[in-house]
Amino acid sequence: MSDPILSVRDLAIAYRTGRKESVTAVSGVDLDLYEGQSLALVGESGCGKTTLGLGLLRLLPGLGEITSGSLTYRLKDGGRADLLKMKKEQLRRFRWNEAAMVFQGAMNAFNPVIRIGDHFADTLRDHSDGRRWTKAAVEARAGELLETVRLDPDRVLQSYPHELSGGMKQRALIALAIALDPQVLVLDEPTTALDLLTQRSIVQQLHELRKKFGFTMVFITHDLGLAAELADRVATMYAGRVIETGSARDIFHGPKHPYTAGLINAVMPVKGERPALESIPGYPPSLKAMPEGCAFNPRCAFASDECRRSRVELELLTERPLAMDHAVACRHHDQVRFQRKQKENANV
Amino acid sequence: MSDRTAAAAPLLKLRGLEQVFDTKKGPVAAVGGVDLEVRAGKVLCLVGESGCGKTTTARAAAGITRPTAGAVEFRGKPLADMTAGERTAYRRAVQYIHQDPYAALNPTRTVASTLTAGLKRHGLVKNRAEARAKAAELLRLVDLTPPESYLDSYPHQLSGGQRQRVNVARSLAMDPELLICDESTSMLDVSIRVSLLNTLGRLRDDLDVGFLFITHDLAVAKYFAWDGEIAVMYLGKVVEHGPTPEVIGNPQHPYTKALIGAVCEPDPDLARANQAAEQLRSAEIPSLTDLPAGCAFHPRCPAYEPGLCDAAEPALERTGAGGRRVACHVVARGRRTDDRTLTLDAVPGSRRPAPTGAADDPNQTTGAAWSA
Amino acid sequence: MTTALDAAIAKPRKQFGETFLGRLWTGLTRSPAGFAGTVLVLAIVLFSFVGPLVIDQDNPTDTTQIWTSPSAEHWLGTQYEGKDTFTILVNSGAQPIWVGTLAALMAVFVAVTLGSIAGYFRGRIDAVLLQLTDVTVTIPQFLLMLAVVAFFEDIPPWGISIVVGATMWAFLFRSIRAQVMSLKEREFVEAARLQNLGPARIVFREILPNMAGFIFVNFVISVNQAIYAIVGLYVLGLMPSGTPNWGLMIHQSWGQNFYLNPVALPFVVAPLIMIVLFTIGLVTMGRGLDQALNPRLRER
Repeated sequence: MSDPILSVRDLAIAYRTGRKESVTAVSGVDLDLYEGQSLALVGESGCGKTTLGLGLLRLLPGLGEITSGSLTYRLKDGGRADLLKMKKEQLRRFRWNEAAMVFQGAMNAFNPVIRIGDHFADTLRDHSDGRRWTKAAVEARAGELLETVRLDPDRVLQSYPHELSGGMKQRALIALAIALDPQVLVLDEPTTALDLLTQRSIVQQLHELRKKFGFTMVFITHDLGLAAELADRVATMYAGRVIETGSARDIFHGPKHPYTAGLINAVMPVKGERPALESIPGYPPSLKAMPEGCAFNPRCAFASDECRRSRVELELLTERPLAMDHAVACRHHDQVRFQRKQKENANV
Repeated sequence: MSDRTAAAAPLLKLRGLEQVFDTKKGPVAAVGGVDLEVRAGKVLCLVGESGCGKTTTARAAAGITRPTAGAVEFRGKPLADMTAGERTAYRRAVQYIHQDPYAALNPTRTVASTLTAGLKRHGLVKNRAEARAKAAELLRLVDLTPPESYLDSYPHQLSGGQRQRVNVARSLAMDPELLICDESTSMLDVSIRVSLLNTLGRLRDDLDVGFLFITHDLAVAKYFAWDGEIAVMYLGKVVEHGPTPEVIGNPQHPYTKALIGAVCEPDPDLARANQAAEQLRSAEIPSLTDLPAGCAFHPRCPAYEPGLCDAAEPALERTGAGGRRVACHVVARGRRTDDRTLTLDAVPGSRRPAPTGAADDPNQTTGAAWSA
Repeated sequence: MTTALDAAIAKPRKQFGETFLGRLWTGLTRSPAGFAGTVLVLAIVLFSFVGPLVIDQDNPTDTTQIWTSPSAEHWLGTQYEGKDTFTILVNSGAQPIWVGTLAALMAVFVAVTLGSIAGYFRGRIDAVLLQLTDVTVTIPQFLLMLAVVAFFEDIPPWGISIVVGATMWAFLFRSIRAQVMSLKEREFVEAARLQNLGPARIVFREILPNMAGFIFVNFVISVNQAIYAIVGLYVLGLMPSGTPNWGLMIHQSWGQNFYLNPVALPFVVAPLIMIVLFTIGLVTMGRGLDQALNPRLRER
């Protein structure tokens, strides 16, 4: 338990936008993830959370590339490897065996003309070397996985993706991601576009899986409720940087970055009184036209001239074990008063 | 807000609305008999999961589709009986806002062009300059300021929240009495969503616009319709309907309870408590082509009682005071047993002691059956 | 108050890059291939239309100069009557290009008008138009042209445009109709309908601009097809041999077996090269345009 399962150092990711230009989507990310932790990357669309999530597995689409930094994983055999130095073949072996991704949009993640069973067969055969997967072995493994996520293997394996509901597809997708027993699972918006009750059942499912397999999770979400539900740790991202990080309790009970506080305050509670909610004014900046200084300054109530000139690095507020330190990148963090009240007498 | 609306005829009335679609698998009743009203300056939220018929209901109310049975009445006049002139007036008075702010704006037209098209068409402005001034005013109404930095933008230059505001501004150009919003905030980020809802709330209060607001998100419904009503739909039917604070604070139908219990709150301590919440018997929604007998919710319902729930369809009946209606056999039986107590405890599985006089205090009974 | 408002909302002049022509221009010049194609097309158009005004048009028959090789005086040598081949080549481009362009314009105009009416309104009018295209499509194009050309002996060039255009509109009609039908279901069109904007505005201002790239690319392809058709008619010798043009040159080379004579090579090959270059230019230009005007590709 001494060394982290994943160490990210000074990671930067850029998208090429033309022959010579590119925009930086993620920069200066440092992150340590210990075995069994679950980390939520939260933020509004365009903040770089999905880019970072994809970057963790080097799954960036065509024009994206990691421009600097390192991504060190502790492998199952105890060795350590920098993902950025891996060759194509090593990378193929790494994915699914060591770390897997559940992509956004359960609706479209499966190839519509391939049966679910064949998706399992393809994945198992493509990503495990040295082991032959007979038809029977594939069926047995896939069946076991589907049962783990409470799907009926007899029905689902023979189905085409469109024959399954959104919730069933998402379950199947999760089962597929854990097919080769990865240590790290990255989930991109695992419940978005699903119905409320289906969302709830997926959340429940993820809890069970974590308890059973103990894998480390990183999930990307814009839904702070979901983050509170699933994460022990939260990292808030804004304009491509991690601006606040800490344990879920630290973040949700005492956010110190005005942006994190704003995000939490904007969540509409279903329980209790109807509070008058304030939104964060303005809109997130475009990656092509980033404000000078702290990227959040045009929307920030505390912004001073200094904030408009330069930004600050993450500052440690509370030290906690296993990289759960509460840190924030804001010079005015002591002015942030968190006001959300949870009058909750029914939930004891 | 105002009490003059109480006496007036409802702006919009849905009377026994049914919408049956013919599909390969036979007729599908997407909406199976909905009775609802919207009053001027008031909000009615239709809440439910996908496929519950809320969008179909909204589209029929907007006159986009013609219902297969029942009627849509605007100011007491059925849509089907309207003359061409009345229909034009209705078209202007009732505006529809789509879900997807990206698809609802023409990518080749500027904001000004989108906003002024209707104004020019309906002779609401005399010339170009006036149209442009009016467009700027509309942008100000929806808090897109300064307007001049948006007027000549193309949709792809705007963010999702900004586009949705342009959509709202376009509908306001017609000086509407009723806005029908189909999941209009669901594709927006949280902070953007709150500010759009705040803007819409101001329009409701300042311009006395009524809203038929469709959402799958109970928290949004609660936030926006606090002074109005919520109707929860399940598989084409309204299963619970009443004033928002009561429906949210003291849900009676097991489905409403499940929905409220499923909302994630941004507090890890509450989330831990939520994990212990009661499970539905099935996560899957039955198909509309193959509806369960009796109460359509019974295969998933934690309060299901064999012989009662799968036998006959429950009617949407008034329960107690305050205009609340619930369609549930178990709730109905509980009410018959003790007509004078509010029926919070009627659902088996709720471990809360029966509250006394709890109806006035939504706080006290929040999410009872689901998190006890 | 009013003055402040007026000042604030005074409409700024559109940036060039935001207008349709502006996008056209950036599209044509952004990708190297699209740029090369555009340059090629422009070069051939200049060569064929400005060229005849610049060069010495005096090109007498000279029996002492029959079939000479390229020289300083005759860049491409001389032909069977001793006339300068280069002068003939310069004079031969204009007619196929303008007749082809006119034919394509007519085909596109008819296809867009009828296609959007059929696709938007559907119903009876759609059924009738669809029947009409069925008939048009089943008649072999070339046979139709042959019949018409044979029937009207002295057909003027614009007549050829009409004939060629008439054989081309049906295919285009179908794809325009399909596009309109799909765009009609889009939410922004529904929003326009809900505002009672009227069919004319909806079709011409909401729907068609979204197809501008598609239409333009099809126009470019049609020009290409039309030129092929016209040149083909000449090659077959079915057209009056008055105006010099590429087709006629090929016809003469073929019909009188010039291609067997090594010295005649420039005369035989020059028109072919012009046609091939023009085609390549149009196709690459079309592809560049597609990328520039297709909103989905543009927003990336």
